[in-house]
Amino acid sequence: MSEVERAVGNRVPLGPPTRGAVAVRLDDVTVGYGARLALSHVTLEVPAGSLLAVIGPNGAGKSTLIKVMAGLLKPWSGRIETLGGPSGANARRIAYVPQAELVDWHFPVSVGDVVTMGRYPLIGIGRRPGARDRELVTRALVTVGMERLADRQIGALSGGQRRRVFLARALAAEPDLYLLDEPVTGVDATTQEDLMDVLEAETRTGKTVIATTHDLLCAAQRFHDVAFVNQRLVSTGPAGSVFDQRLLAETYGGHVLILQGELGTTVALDDAHHHDDAAGNERHYHEEGR
Amino acid sequence: MSDLVALLTDPLASGFMQRGLLAGVIVALVCGVMGSFVVLKGLAFIGDAVSHAAFPGLVIAYLLGVPLYLGGSVAAVATALAIAWVSRRGGLRFDTAVGVLFAGMFALGVLLFTTIEGYAGDLLGYLVGNVLFITAEDLVQLAVLAMIVLAIVLLLRKELLYATFDPGGAQASGLPVARLEYLLLGLLGVTIVVSIQAVGIILVVAMLVTPAATAQLLVVRFSRLLSLAAALAVASSVIGLYLSFYLDVASGAAIVLVETVAFGLAMALGPRTGLIHRVRQSRVVPDAESRSGSGIVGARVP
Ligand SMILES: Nc1ncnc2c1ncn2[C@@H]1O[C@H](COP(=O)(O)OP(=O)(O)OP(=O)(O)O)[C@@H](O)[C@H]1O
Ligand SMILES: [Mg+2]
Repeated sequence: MSEVERAVGNRVPLGPPTRGAVAVRLDDVTVGYGARLALSHVTLEVPAGSLLAVIGPNGAGKSTLIKVMAGLLKPWSGRIETLGGPSGANARRIAYVPQAELVDWHFPVSVGDVVTMGRYPLIGIGRRPGARDRELVTRALVTVGMERLADRQIGALSGGQRRRVFLARALAAEPDLYLLDEPVTGVDATTQEDLMDVLEAETRTGKTVIATTHDLLCAAQRFHDVAFVNQRLVSTGPAGSVFDQRLLAETYGGHVLILQGELGTTVALDDAHHHDDAAGNERHYHEEGR
Repeated sequence: MSDLVALLTDPLASGFMQRGLLAGVIVALVCGVMGSFVVLKGLAFIGDAVSHAAFPGLVIAYLLGVPLYLGGSVAAVATALAIAWVSRRGGLRFDTAVGVLFAGMFALGVLLFTTIEGYAGDLLGYLVGNVLFITAEDLVQLAVLAMIVLAIVLLLRKELLYATFDPGGAQASGLPVARLEYLLLGLLGVTIVVSIQAVGIILVVAMLVTPAATAQLLVVRFSRLLSLAAALAVASSVIGLYLSFYLDVASGAAIVLVETVAFGLAMALGPRTGLIHRVRQSRVVPDAESRSGSGIVGARVP
């Protein structure tokens, strides 16, 4: 990250600043729970068509950032605009997927039911899903490869299948803005690739995807941009800046190693207590990623 | 055969039983449907709190000489909304707040009750309830309130389902989740007041929770949960009332016990939790053994 970019602070436009509309704009947003501060003074512009990873340690405020964008948390101060309107105004064009731990998996609904829910806000009160709704649900199920499990109760799914179902629910809503909390956490490599392919395809049609992740390699390789969060917005930049040693250290607060081995690049988060062991390893400081 | 028919039709000769059955069926329908949401949202404790909170409302209505129903409804709905508000505001642990509210309201009811001079039998009746003593006028009120609750829930069932399953996802996509939650709790208050007449304050929570819990053991789809819970509640109501007629026992207790027995049966025989399921599962292993065993035996046969 150049000095110029640093000087601009957190108001780093992710793409070329003049291109297209802004999907999400946070202006000096401070937010927390009860009396506890979670994120302070976040200023951020996400252009439409972005594929943005939000990274940071546990408790950094990643979910909080997603929730405040989704209008689920009211900021203590600052302004939020989504899809060109104030928070809530364009809710029907937004799909939010919660972190998996927040979902009641015993709930008596099938895969198909959950995906159909994505259509509910668009159908209107007292109306049943119509032919077009059913078609979109089927198409979403096919896209994530879950069409054969449509009648399965959601509790009887594996972790990766559960993530697929929730992504399908989001797809079925045909939103312009995806706000996804850890959409690829705990899934196998193939599923991760599949889901990221789907998301990338969506951004190619001008839709915006903002997703939190703990997988730094995935952030670097599959996303276009990355936002570093730790109780504030530490920085934003192109996906490759995940490998910026200084930013990682600032975000994760410990020693971060980037190891170049025969199996490829590994990002290792090393807490301070163990830094002696790791000191024997070869360190590579990448400026541009892979 | 005609004996059996007489067994079923004889009680219907009494106006008490006619009205009681009708009221029992209506209450069961609403409780089955609302109970499904109560079970899914984990609101059983709130149901108990709201029903106890109706008591001071009834006593105050009695003291003021206004219809008891009105007093009970106002107190129950107000408590339900207060609980929703407390839960939205957070701060205090939710069940703690509910516990405090519920005990305080009931104590207020008891305190006011002891200030009543003379005998207040019909008030005591509300503690245990007796659907057989329902008046024609009360029956009409009950039917109207129940239909309103059912109509609203069925009209908004999609939205209520989404908001119950994933409030965050629903709200982010534009459903008014907070308003739906207040509405659901308000309807719960009305349902409870309607049901108190049938089974009394103490047992009303069973009426709400038990049929829905039983249904939950048997089906895994929300739409079927609603209809099965309502069907189970209606069947239990009718069976309970006949039992109460022939055995001369309290009607509310009879209904709730029938529901409890149905729950026990579902637990024992249901597709997921039940004995049958377990027997079937455990039989898989011996079956496989006996099949491979028979091959060996067959080989020995000369
Ligand atoms: N519902 C809540 N009530 C109170 N505090 C909360 C709540 N949710 C989160 N917090 C606090 O806010 C801070 C940020 O939490 P958040 O869930 O945004 O972290 P995160 O980056 O998503 O973490 P993780 O990687 O574990 O998902 C944490 O300190 C957390 O304890
Ligand atoms: Mg989180």
